[in-house]
Amino acid sequence: MNLATSAPLAAEGGFEAPGPGIFDLPPVFTVGGIDVTKPMLLLVLSALVVFGFLFAAARQRGMVPSKLQFAGESAYNFTRNSIGRDIIGSHDFQKFVPYLTALFFFILANNLFSSIPFIQFPTFSRASMAYALAGLSWVIYNAVGIHKHGLVGYLKLQCVPAGVSPIMYPLLVPLEFFSNILVRPVTLALRLFANMFAGHILLVLFATGGLYLVEHGGIGYVAGPVAWVLAILVAFLELLVQVLQAYVFTLLNAMYIQGALADEH
Amino acid sequence: MGGSLNMIGYGLAAIGPGIGIGLIFAAYINGVARQPEAQSRLQSIAILGFALAEALAIIGIALAFVLTGSSTQ
Repeated sequence: MNLATSAPLAAEGGFEAPGPGIFDLPPVFTVGGIDVTKPMLLLVLSALVVFGFLFAAARQRGMVPSKLQFAGESAYNFTRNSIGRDIIGSHDFQKFVPYLTALFFFILANNLFSSIPFIQFPTFSRASMAYALAGLSWVIYNAVGIHKHGLVGYLKLQCVPAGVSPIMYPLLVPLEFFSNILVRPVTLALRLFANMFAGHILLVLFATGGLYLVEHGGIGYVAGPVAWVLAILVAFLELLVQVLQAYVFTLLNAMYIQGALADEH
Repeated sequence: MGGSLNMIGYGLAAIGPGIGIGLIFAAYINGVARQPEAQSRLQSIAILGFALAEALAIIGIALAFVLTGSSTQ
């Protein structure tokens, strides 16, 4: 059967598991022929929230930090030290910290939308959003590497593994090119997308499955509430995954930038 | 009940990355237990290994949905 057309609950004939169809939301409104959907609005909202938080935290700087300033500085310190400095290295991590900080909090805000009541939609469960973000990071780490090493030097750095005898080059160089230049942005995007996608489907499955069981009575009166309790537990697991994926995305970005900046051995 | 054989295949395919991620974090916990001060260094390596192993499961779920769409049209 085609999962793309299945509704969360079929009218008759048993329970139909939620599929990719639950992510196809109708447009909220249309501007000049372009349908504006919920994920697009959430993307803008998250940018405003992140900007508002960091701007408000940085605006009133005092010797004795306010609670807001303390929160902002702790958050900034996390991306600066444990992602930027530890991965890229203390020599030239400074200029990437704004990008990494913005990236981390932007993804975090979008992922947490999945768990906030009445919003409850992870923006990056739409693959195109994740592809755009991964495309941006692809451009950045390649540009950084080409800027530092030149085009030929950068390709040599990325594609020719060190300490391998030249006999293996015909096999390894295409593989390294494929893996480091072509597949990296795809896996980066797919990792974020699929985690959000699978997590949201799992939550919908437990919620609608519990409803179906309760509606049909019998043993369902016991099994349905159990499914709802599990849905709550899964929601906490999802909170962990959401923060972890924001961290992993930023960490991998830092690692790719570090790999592009690395000196030849 | 709806579903497709692809999802069973995906479930089987997820065993590999599952074992892999288990091994990665087992090694990470071992490392931290032996040398607690190395935690900050080990953590990013463990997360990187986790992300790379997880990529296989992610590619699997993407292919499971892609092949579902194409085989029924």
